Amino acid sequence: MLAEYLPIVVLIVLATGLAFIVVALGHLFGPRKPNPVKAEPYESGMRPYGPGRRRVSVHFYLIAVLFILFDIEIVFILPWAVVLREIKMVGLIEMAVFIGVLLAGLIYAWKTGALEWE
Amino acid sequence: MDWQDFLSVLPFIIVAGWATILLLVDLWIPANRKGITAGLAVLGLIAAIAAVISRFGIEREAFDGMIIVDGFSSFLQLLFLGVGVIAIAQAYDYLRRRDIERGEYYILLLYSLSGMLLMASAGDLIVVFLAVELLSIPLYVLAAFAIPKADSEESALKYFLLGAFASGFLVYGIALVFGSTGTTALSGMVAAIESAETTPILLLVGSGMILVGLGFKVAAVPFHMWTPDVYQGAPTSVTSFMAVGAKAGGFAALLRIFISALPGAAVMWMPLTMWIAALTMAWGNIAAISQTNIKRMLAYSSIAHAGYIFMALPAAATPEVAPEAVRAALFYLVTYAITNLGAWGVVLAMEKAEGSGLEIEDYSGLGKKRPALALAMALFMLSLTGIPPTVGFMGKFYLFQVVIDANLIWLALVGVVTSLISAYYYLRVIVVMYMRDGEPEVRSEALLNSTIFITAFGTFFFGILPGFLLKMINQVSLLDLFR
Amino acid sequence: MIPLSWYILVSAALFSIGIYGALARRNALAILMAIELMLNAVNLNLVAFWRYLTPNVVAGKVFVLVVFAVAASEVAVGLALIISIYRRRHTIAVEEIDMMKW
Repeated sequence: MLAEYLPIVVLIVLATGLAFIVVALGHLFGPRKPNPVKAEPYESGMRPYGPGRRRVSVHFYLIAVLFILFDIEIVFILPWAVVLREIKMVGLIEMAVFIGVLLAGLIYAWKTGALEWE
Repeated sequence: MDWQDFLSVLPFIIVAGWATILLLVDLWIPANRKGITAGLAVLGLIAAIAAVISRFGIEREAFDGMIIVDGFSSFLQLLFLGVGVIAIAQAYDYLRRRDIERGEYYILLLYSLSGMLLMASAGDLIVVFLAVELLSIPLYVLAAFAIPKADSEESALKYFLLGAFASGFLVYGIALVFGSTGTTALSGMVAAIESAETTPILLLVGSGMILVGLGFKVAAVPFHMWTPDVYQGAPTSVTSFMAVGAKAGGFAALLRIFISALPGAAVMWMPLTMWIAALTMAWGNIAAISQTNIKRMLAYSSIAHAGYIFMALPAAATPEVAPEAVRAALFYLVTYAITNLGAWGVVLAMEKAEGSGLEIEDYSGLGKKRPALALAMALFMLSLTGIPPTVGFMGKFYLFQVVIDANLIWLALVGVVTSLISAYYYLRVIVVMYMRDGEPEVRSEALLNSTIFITAFGTFFFGILPGFLLKMINQVSLLDLFR
Repeated sequence: MIPLSWYILVSAALFSIGIYGALARRNALAILMAIELMLNAVNLNLVAFWRYLTPNVVAGKVFVLVVFAVAASEVAVGLALIISIYRRRHTIAVEEIDMMKW
């Protein structure tokens, strides 16, 4: 049974080996002209500014927490959508109640100012 | 699926739905009039009580067996709803005094209660897990309710981390039991075990882990370490609710899972539960002796009482005794709820605005200053010890009798000896109240006083005339459903 | 096909790593992550049992979704709690939050 895994082992060895070879070749034959810009950390083409470990506003985490809560509901909505044709009206009403509860939560978060930025 | 199914979970729907509606209504209630939210919350609970009473005596399964309506669930639901009403009445003035009054308190309390209601009628391990979480998560937030205060913060963090850790065990155990029996339905598990279509090792490990997870929730030794800190740090009104409601919820699940769904595996869990019960009684009572803070003392006392209720599980491993064991456990839960709500009510009355007044020494002179309050406290302490004419005596009597019927004489002996030990620290409170001189500062708030009066009356009344309660409990049939 | 016991072993290993993390780490966030690992071990178990033992019954799959949702709400409450503590104390090392004796 283990023989079935042989191709995977070969693949792993090949891939690792190839990676080493390519890096080594670049190291051996590539030209080397260091300058300050090259030494900068790469930030998608932007000029980096400030220290790397900046403090993020606590509010960022609050929004993240709210996002988790509303985001996870997709795990219930997706299977519901798949079988909606079979469960018909009852399913529709149940999902309406479900979304209604979520909506109540959203209104609460909104009214208490959890969504305000600053 | 039909509308009958929804009627079966009507109490749960009322409480959870009402909590959601109140969440919105509360936004438009001015901050200095949160009493309105409290009143509305109580109204919702009364509606739910009516719903439970209206279907008393009905036995049926709903949602393909996910929900069970029977005497056991109706009885426990009544207990939970009653606890909820008293908890709200106790919280109202306390929150104002501590200056932490917010409408969310009552809403979270309702959500937690809805979890307990669901737990009482769970017929499937998925529902059990969901109910445990619905019960616990609002309690984590409630423990943090006084949050600028460091002790509330600490209490909430400890409760949350250990509670989440315990849920991990619970759900892993459930997964293993599912793997062993091939079903999550409690009724299906009975059949699977009887026809021996199980993997015993998975069943053993799985039920052991469920025991660990729920053992955390009910604070049984050796899973009790969080209890004193959490009970001490949380706002006292939350502690009162937590000590009674969460524990009763945990036992609802334990009784339902082990006695009605896994009787076939009793050989596996019987020795475990026996040792847990003995250790919990012993350690809870011994550790309570050295406590000077009344909240910590009552916390260890609640651990010890978890041990007494736990005795019902090994006793129920003997099939002939099982129905009586369930009834004795239910009776003891009622006993524990009434007495403990009362005792915590007195603690609430003694606590000062900034959170002091919680040492047992602070109770000196209470007998002279407020004779009625001291008398109530004395009654609660006697009941917790198990001395007649209180309901605590009847509870212990019934329970020990069942344990002896199951031929676990030594376990009953451990129970009696530890009760004697417990007399030392319970009676010390009475001695301090009456024999020492002091000028205690006591609150007198109408709502709080009435809850203390009601619970004191209940403690005394059911102590001399337990017949009414027994009659109700005798109609409870946990086991018939799966036979 | 890979035998069922392999899945159970991997899941048990994950669960044990989670327990170790929850007991050994000092940072409240790290403990929370360890607990999440425990719940994911459960999910792996549930999916494997469902696939091998009861592929025609939906309960196992649905349970996984319920565990997902519950884990998310637990994390939300836990994170909110930890943030609130961090703001005031500037630490979330659990042994520094111990005014009351254990």
